[in-house]
Amino acid sequence: MGKNNTGFSWLLKMAWRDGKASYGKLLLFVFSITLGVAAVVSVHSFSRLLKENIASQSKALLGADYVIESNKPVNDKVMGIMDSLGGADAREINFSSMAAFPGHNGTKLVEVRGVDDGFPFYGALETKPVSAAHNLSTGRALVDATTMLQFNLKVGDSIKLGAVTLPIGGALENVPGSTSVFGAIAPPVLIPFRYIEATGLVQTGSRIDYKYYFKADESQDLTLLNETLEPVLDAEDADLDTHLSEARRLGRRYENFGKFLNLVGFIALLLGCVGIASGMGIYVQMKVKSIAVLKCLGATKRQSYLIFFVQIACMGIIGGLLGTTLAYFLQQLFPLLLGDLLPVEVGITLSFQSMVLGISLGLAMSILFALYPLMKTLYVSPLQTLRVVQEPQSRSKWATTAVGLGIVLFVFCFSFWLLGDFMRALFFVLGLLVVFLVLTGIARLFMGMLKKFFPHSWSFIPRQSLRNLFRPQNQTLVLVLSIGIGTFLISTLYFTKDMLLEKAAIEDSANSANMILMDIQSQQVEVVSQTIEASGIPVIDKIPIVTMRVAALNGKPVEAIRKDTTSQVGRWILNHEFRVTYRDSLIRSERIIAGDWVGKVDSDTDVPISVSNSFADMAKVTVGDPVVFNVQGRLMNTVVQSVREVDWNRLQPNFSVVFPAGVLEKAPQFGVMTTRTKDDLGSAQLQQQLVAQFPNVSILDLKRILNLLEDILGKIGWVINFMAFFSIFVGVAVLMGAIYSSKHQRVKQSALLRTLGAQGHQILQMIAIEYAILGFLGAFMGVVLAVLGSSLLAYILFDTTFAPSWIPFAIILPAITLLVFALGVGNSIGVIRNSPLTVLKKEKE
Amino acid sequence: MSKILKVQNLSKTYRSGEHDLNVLNNVSFEVDRGETFAIVGPSGSGKTTLLGLCAGLDTTDAGEIWLCDHNLFDLDEDGRARLRNENVGFVFQDFQLLPTLTALENVIVPLELRGVKNASEQGKELLAKVGLKERSGHYPSQLSGGEQQRVALARAFANKPSILFADEPTGNLDDETGTKIEDLLFELNKEQGTALVIVTHDLDLAKKTDKSIRLRSGKIEETVA
Repeated sequence: MGKNNTGFSWLLKMAWRDGKASYGKLLLFVFSITLGVAAVVSVHSFSRLLKENIASQSKALLGADYVIESNKPVNDKVMGIMDSLGGADAREINFSSMAAFPGHNGTKLVEVRGVDDGFPFYGALETKPVSAAHNLSTGRALVDATTMLQFNLKVGDSIKLGAVTLPIGGALENVPGSTSVFGAIAPPVLIPFRYIEATGLVQTGSRIDYKYYFKADESQDLTLLNETLEPVLDAEDADLDTHLSEARRLGRRYENFGKFLNLVGFIALLLGCVGIASGMGIYVQMKVKSIAVLKCLGATKRQSYLIFFVQIACMGIIGGLLGTTLAYFLQQLFPLLLGDLLPVEVGITLSFQSMVLGISLGLAMSILFALYPLMKTLYVSPLQTLRVVQEPQSRSKWATTAVGLGIVLFVFCFSFWLLGDFMRALFFVLGLLVVFLVLTGIARLFMGMLKKFFPHSWSFIPRQSLRNLFRPQNQTLVLVLSIGIGTFLISTLYFTKDMLLEKAAIEDSANSANMILMDIQSQQVEVVSQTIEASGIPVIDKIPIVTMRVAALNGKPVEAIRKDTTSQVGRWILNHEFRVTYRDSLIRSERIIAGDWVGKVDSDTDVPISVSNSFADMAKVTVGDPVVFNVQGRLMNTVVQSVREVDWNRLQPNFSVVFPAGVLEKAPQFGVMTTRTKDDLGSAQLQQQLVAQFPNVSILDLKRILNLLEDILGKIGWVINFMAFFSIFVGVAVLMGAIYSSKHQRVKQSALLRTLGAQGHQILQMIAIEYAILGFLGAFMGVVLAVLGSSLLAYILFDTTFAPSWIPFAIILPAITLLVFALGVGNSIGVIRNSPLTVLKKEKE
Repeated sequence: MSKILKVQNLSKTYRSGEHDLNVLNNVSFEVDRGETFAIVGPSGSGKTTLLGLCAGLDTTDAGEIWLCDHNLFDLDEDGRARLRNENVGFVFQDFQLLPTLTALENVIVPLELRGVKNASEQGKELLAKVGLKERSGHYPSQLSGGEQQRVALARAFANKPSILFADEPTGNLDDETGTKIEDLLFELNKEQGTALVIVTHDLDLAKKTDKSIRLRSGKIEETVA
């Protein structure tokens, strides 16, 4: 007796023959994989393209090869270094200030950028008219295009910056070095460098950035230059950025968001795979007789297994291919959704790498998730052809464990590849497992409870519906899982966005500020205060600010700490110019977490200060540690008396370092004032009056910032929601797959019930009740899990109490329940439309 | 004449709830090559179980079965599957055609499993022989019961089997169609020299065979030669 002589081609042939007759069911599996793969590949590919585009346009983004910058005038040593590099090719001084537009009754906080001729060396100043870019040297200002529109400004109108009034040469559409996010708060205004001093805006306390742009030779090693000069410049409170490091920094900023979106997409793919696993289970169950016949005719266990394995592998490849193609079209939408949040234009291409990723992902995921249900084919007895044989013995335990471990391992490895961080990947997989296990547990518990406490006294229709929820091959588990995860994702994203916005929101009380006035010189404080109050608007806070730098920590000078390669102290602590305030009490956004608050002292020796917990962490100091500050040339010894936890998310002035009253009153300082205007008109009038009288004072309208924040979160939220909706789409595909796969059983049952006298509307009622319960249970568990997950996020990440919004309960929950109900009932109408005989005959096909 | 099937002291017990059910008890018989053989008996007498065991679809508890000179006890499941592919044909009461395959595809599965090159041509010839040449592209659901059983017959004889097991081959058919199928079955038996083992309630059909046994409660009650 020889071996049977079939090869792979026969398996392919049989898979194709069987597949073409079952294409309806298989199409739904392919659809699930396609959507899941599209979600992952689109985000992954777009993130990669964005990174590549940033890298390829890095010079144009910076406008130069490298830049040396400082937030104070550079000293002779830095000048010497720059001279040794051949001298800067262009200079820039920039700061935020109020701009007035004479004749247009408007004022606005802008970013004034005084630049030398020739800048930028790479990229271009995009202006309207185009020639305006060349008019900068002729003494004209280039004003942000949106601001021009907002104030109805035209070329030739004037802009007043401090003491200088310049004609507007054109609208500025794009300029290297200005980000669109910051640009929305303080849009850029370019003026010739030579006018900066004449504005009179470079004063004590003004936050001014000095930049020196350089062009490099093609052969110059910028990385080496950075490594060589960075420590020297650090010591002089200056910094060197190359176009390469700038691109990396910018890339990282978008990378994190991309990683997060990748995970959302990956969850959609996993969801699709859960659908495949469950659908495959039902599919194989339907094929038991055919497998038995094949075995009867001489097919081996391996052959009958491989026929379906080949089918699922082909579906994985087709799903992967279609998913990658869909991903290409989806990527075209991202720039539209994200708008000007993207730093560069991204050219979308369908890369070979994306194709490989999509196909391998589709193949690997579909095979992994189908392995377990496919194992059933191994245990089908050929005796099934002669009689109904008891359900085959349970699958081998080691094989089940191996498949389970394989899935977890693959999910972990893929998450690790996406995130590049072991612990994050581990937490993601664990979190996912918890959600899966909780939903599975709930579904099983629900079925168990239903069986145990079955309402035998109810009428026939609801009883039959409830029985459907725990009958063999029921859909309860797979639907609760897919609907639950989809709803969980969407609701969690909604709650998180809500939390972020609420944290930033201006409290609607008379005591909370909606406008912050900055850069008020100490001699102006009283006059500005009087001006505000004379307009009938209250001054809520007058906050004095003294600038200083850290000179020593725990007795070790900063120069020594910089040289110590083992030091863990953050560079921000050593290089930053701190804006410090003094007061006798805590404010609402702070609470003491270590030590004691001291509000007032009489002596300036060993001053008891309070630092924020982030300052303490980065400076490696705790209560009782000495810190020496350089207060504009004078060294001041202090001791950390308390550590505060600060809620930085509140839109109000917060401080890393707070001195007690009684020490800094005589130090050179400037002021910040907060006020609350009643309406937009009052706000505009006050701003105009203040800018006319005090041109150096900058005004931050918190309402506008909040609107901007809402806009940014809205755009990001769109993309996140878009990806989350993908999970729902996948959930719908899974749902349809589950409905379709179990249709034959439902049809048979319904036809038998109709034969026994049940009417069409009664059967439809049964189906309707079943899907309404499944939809509600899945969606409700999803929202409940989202509330728990968001509470955890609120506690761990946002440090706030979480009050869930009613929207997921009032809109998402009923909407998803209704969707499941409609899909379930819609797909089952065919069951009652035809006569029982026709239905049963058709079902045999 | 050499024996194609030898059954010696065969017993089979199934577990039914808390109890053991003795379905076959010490059954022995032999079938010669090319011989026609019927197994008759009332429902529950163990006919189908005996057929399944003889064809290697299930395993025995006690006794021995020699099929085409192979002791089934020595073969694993895949070994028994190969033996069936090379030597055995099947006809079932409910036809057992693969619903997702066309008539032709159903017929050629055993040929393809053996790696026969011109399986399709042979399949078409077989379908022509059973009078279904024109319906080779139809799916089972598009065929009548009699047509489906004819396709099953074509499939059963595709590999020119040494022995064919038929489980109530006319049980689901009307008298007229049933008779046609019986005739076709015996015609093919004669033409190819295939031994026939038929399980049936139909005593008229049993009378047409060379030999028969009557089972009752798992034991041979009568042997008719």
